[in-house]
Amino acid sequence: MEPLLALLFGVLLGASVYLMLSRSLIRVILGLIVLGNAANLSIFTSGRIFGFSPPLVPEGATALLDGAANPLPQALVLTAIVISFGLTAFVLVLAWAANGQLRTLDTSEMRFAEPPGLPAPTPEEAAAAEAPLPPARADAQPPRAAERAAA
Amino acid sequence: MTLADWLLALCVAIPLFACAANSALHAQHRAQRVVTLACAALLLAVSFALLFHVQANGVVASQMGDWRAPFGITLVADLLGAAMVVIGAVMYLAVAVYALADGAEERERQGWHPLLGGLMLGVSGAFLAGDIFNLYVWFEVMLISSFGMLVIGQAREQFDAAVKYAVLNLGATTVFLIAVGMLYGATGTLNMADLAEKVPQNENPGLIAAIAFLFLCSFGAKAAVFPLFFWLPAAYHTAAAPVAAIFAAMLTKVGVYALIRVFTIVFPPEAVPMIGPMVGLIAAATMVTGVLGAAAHWDIRRILSFHIISQIGYMLVGVALGTPLALAGAVLYVVHHIVVKANLFLVAGAINRAGGSFQLAHLGGLWKRDPWLGILFAIPALSLAGLPPLSGFWGKLVVAQSGFEAGQAWLAAVALAVGLLTLYSMLKIWTEAFWKNAPDDAPAALGLAGATRWLMLGPVACLAAVTMTIGLFTEPFAALALAAGEQLAGREAYIAAVLGSAPR
Repeated sequence: MEPLLALLFGVLLGASVYLMLSRSLIRVILGLIVLGNAANLSIFTSGRIFGFSPPLVPEGATALLDGAANPLPQALVLTAIVISFGLTAFVLVLAWAANGQLRTLDTSEMRFAEPPGLPAPTPEEAAAAEAPLPPARADAQPPRAAERAAA
Repeated sequence: MTLADWLLALCVAIPLFACAANSALHAQHRAQRVVTLACAALLLAVSFALLFHVQANGVVASQMGDWRAPFGITLVADLLGAAMVVIGAVMYLAVAVYALADGAEERERQGWHPLLGGLMLGVSGAFLAGDIFNLYVWFEVMLISSFGMLVIGQAREQFDAAVKYAVLNLGATTVFLIAVGMLYGATGTLNMADLAEKVPQNENPGLIAAIAFLFLCSFGAKAAVFPLFFWLPAAYHTAAAPVAAIFAAMLTKVGVYALIRVFTIVFPPEAVPMIGPMVGLIAAATMVTGVLGAAAHWDIRRILSFHIISQIGYMLVGVALGTPLALAGAVLYVVHHIVVKANLFLVAGAINRAGGSFQLAHLGGLWKRDPWLGILFAIPALSLAGLPPLSGFWGKLVVAQSGFEAGQAWLAAVALAVGLLTLYSMLKIWTEAFWKNAPDDAPAALGLAGATRWLMLGPVACLAAVTMTIGLFTEPFAALALAAGEQLAGREAYIAAVLGSAPR
């Protein structure tokens, strides 16, 4: 069982890296979700799969019976699922808001915080490149989208 | 419950209360301010009590819910942890006062108070966590609050920065989680004191080394070390001034703290011998790239952001060498850096207010207009560069001395050369913003007068007084750092405090 799950962990990890190398922000976020699931699977597998009955101490006994599952990884995974759910929800909202403000989800066009013109030859030019851009207009389009529209 | 139990629990409970109460009071800004200021002052008092308690009685541990270690959740305070909580509380109070001044209502509408409480909850919890999964949870608490804080202001470049910050940091914490899972698989425990006993006995050193490397990567990304620092210069300069100050003070330092903790207690140098030299190379590369990145920029906040990276390298020297003196240097440097770097970001906000811009080319003539602002900038700036008699000098002295004593003179030489380049960047800000004449196209400034002036410059002056105190009356601080270094390198006190304490 464990080798199979370890192999699945590897496949999930590969898929998430592939997705995160994409230029589309939505794919990057999907990659993060897959990565979170891969992490959960790795914790679950690390705890060893040695039993399938619920880890409850029966009435009158003082210890778990043989064949009970390991409860600790399940508790850890449960915590991690809750946390990654919350963070994923936040990142999706962030992407939605970013799309509204930046008018793009193409990561190579997201150059608003880090302009490409640095380092500039003179302090004045550097300051001009570093100054924040004017606020977004509703009709503003990123340069590449404008090119595509022209073509 | 003993006094130590109360103090440890309160250090987590107070910011938790601040976060919860401020969320409940979301529209009542006046009440929120009272709650935040009261909680910050209370946290400062309690954390000082904890530090004195730890100084008097050694490492203290408390088992939450009376589940005995290593089965339950343990809160531990050694000298490093307690000192970090104190300095975190100082920052909490300073930033809370400063944030009353500049655009307070707008920030408060966007959730400043609950998010600040949540951030401090994660930070305090991380400093006191005795369990590595618990440390992961505190990291996530800190992270989700920082995501919210970064977009306060809702400018276009902030959303761009927040996306990069969120994605890269989420990736790093997920690597942390995978490492935690594998460590559990290899040792069967996640309590740090228990791990300290079980990791060196593990029969598979290759697996332990691989797990240690995963921890190095994830905490390294958090601490913004070379080559994993890219999220920091992409994000910090877009944040509002108080947000940038608390980020610069705490977030990367929690990563550094986790590196120090994990590579002294869980993976001591004997267990993974290759980590030390590797961290030494990383430390040198971090110092150099950070300071060179700062030299290329002409925006005050970007310069300061790159200097955070450069200074992280100094703290890593302690992890790289692992001697008690080197660890003491790291502790002293972390404390000094938190105070000074947050102060510089606060001054940057005041400069923006007085001069109308963060761009050096648009600034000028501030010395003539406002000499007090110049003095309050000069103190942390010279301290950052490491000039005596300010706190940075002692931090750099101990770091360099530990390098020479451990036979790693090259590391000490890099540290000193980087100090000179730091001075160059600080002088650049000084000559451009304060000394040169104001340019003709200087933007209109909001001005720094009235209550705003006191609210902004008051915390700045207090933090400047802290760095001067550390510089002029170094003895108690150095003694504390040396004792903390001994405790970290010794390990036994920590393990005994956690595993030896029976449930009460």
